Amino acid sequence: MENTNNNYKDIKGWGVDIDPANNPNYPIKHYNGDDHKRLDWERPPLQPVTVEILESVEQARMPAVFGTTLPPSGLSGALRRHAFKYDESEYGHWLNLLLADRINVVEGILDDLKHFRIPNIFTERGMKADWKYNRKELVTKAVIAAAVAGGIIMYLNKKKSDKES
Amino acid sequence: MLAMNYRGPFRVRAQQKAEPEIEHPEDVIVKVNRACICGSDLHIYHGLVPDTRVGSTFGHEFIGEVVETGRDIKKLKVGDQILVPFNISCGRCAFCKQGLYSNCHESDPEATAGGGIFGYSHTCGGFDGGQAEYARVPYAGVSPMIIPADIHPDDAVLLTDVFPTGYQAAEMGGIREGDTVVVFGAGPIGIMAARCAWFFGAARVIVIDRIEYRLQFAREFAHCEAYNFESLEDPVLFIKKTTDYFGADVCIDAVGCEAAGSALQWVTGRVLMLQAGSATALHWAINSVKKGGIVSIVGVYGPTDNLVPIGNVVNKGITIRANQCSVKRLLPKLISHIREGYIEPRKIITHHIPLKEVADAYHIFSAKLDNCIKTVLIP
Repeated sequence: MENTNNNYKDIKGWGVDIDPANNPNYPIKHYNGDDHKRLDWERPPLQPVTVEILESVEQARMPAVFGTTLPPSGLSGALRRHAFKYDESEYGHWLNLLLADRINVVEGILDDLKHFRIPNIFTERGMKADWKYNRKELVTKAVIAAAVAGGIIMYLNKKKSDKES
Repeated sequence: MLAMNYRGPFRVRAQQKAEPEIEHPEDVIVKVNRACICGSDLHIYHGLVPDTRVGSTFGHEFIGEVVETGRDIKKLKVGDQILVPFNISCGRCAFCKQGLYSNCHESDPEATAGGGIFGYSHTCGGFDGGQAEYARVPYAGVSPMIIPADIHPDDAVLLTDVFPTGYQAAEMGGIREGDTVVVFGAGPIGIMAARCAWFFGAARVIVIDRIEYRLQFAREFAHCEAYNFESLEDPVLFIKKTTDYFGADVCIDAVGCEAAGSALQWVTGRVLMLQAGSATALHWAINSVKKGGIVSIVGVYGPTDNLVPIGNVVNKGITIRANQCSVKRLLPKLISHIREGYIEPRKIITHHIPLKEVADAYHIFSAKLDNCIKTVLIP
């Protein structure tokens, strides 16, 4: 197949960064020997730890700065604490975290209800945008879902009446 | 304040939450005036990144006005308009001092592979992001910079990630004059990588995707060839044929863990989650590049494993280069490129959407509705 852009040298900016010596990331690592000093650098001031922060077992020490949002809590929190007993190359670490994430979704719904808020799952999933830009597919999906639900209800009703007779 | 609030896979809403506070002497608080939704935000929106907690606020591409400074901040003052690179970097650890600002060792307690990133799960440090009215910016004296007066705010917000990451994707490819460069993915990063490939002297740039409107956008914005892999029998064979059965000189994976194109990858990676998402684009990149070629990876993958043809990497002698972008290093050059008129990054923005409509904004971007390329949220 032919190259479709034979005048490529006319493209604005073509070739302006040909010289690797002028590339901002070249070399990508400016080796300075500090690797051999390991963790011995002048540290920034340390952020006070005010909430529970889960630390990787592969860390020698708490980093100077970290996020303090959403400390672990509830069942998902217990699972997250368990996950952090494993190192980062073990499935026990990541799969427990993924499971905790899914449990956390249910906790989020319960928390909403506890605060007298009924989550509007349709709005949260951006259905308004679907209605505006993707109406045909949305309506098709709704019709299919209604048909499937109707079919299941009819089947269950038939089964029930068969049993009674 | 109003902020984006994650409720679970495919569910977000705008909700009031407490304003951030200074927690470290090198913090500033920023009043956000623009925040993008990144393609990589979709990975956490889809529930693919472990330790994404319900209630999190995403957003690692944002600009805003400094409204409060920590006691050790000298470079910035209240009222400054700043752009905030997505990396949280201390500037002092062994990695930052060697230019690896995306690998900072003083910003992420929960994982050692990378550094802290705004609004990108607790695996990336547990920081709230910028899809909110206000955001806490740690180490504000290191990477954030005052937006030059002649730089448009829409260009500025794209300098926090998408433009630098696209540029770094091309740069890591080690493109030489006359090279054929293949970019897998016509999302914002892939389009930007394709456009930037010309800066390094490419003679041919090819983009592969399956979303037709995005391919058309890539042709126009990046002046490249663009092909729909659904209409190709086999994208790898296509690349081989179109390079005289030699292989591309450089392949760029700008898709990451949600690639379509392989049922096996999709089922094991997306449905069963037996691997960290679907690695089809990387698979194709490795198999499409020439012997001794370079594969540059900027697509985001999760922390567990992926199925890729590593044997071909060995047998072909491929060099793989990958990293999160070190935005700070690239800013002077990329600002200069904007000023010279080589590129207008803001042309990729197709949607400005109020923060209060964040659920619709995510869905539009995720489901690729209304020909969406790039979405900017306005708090």
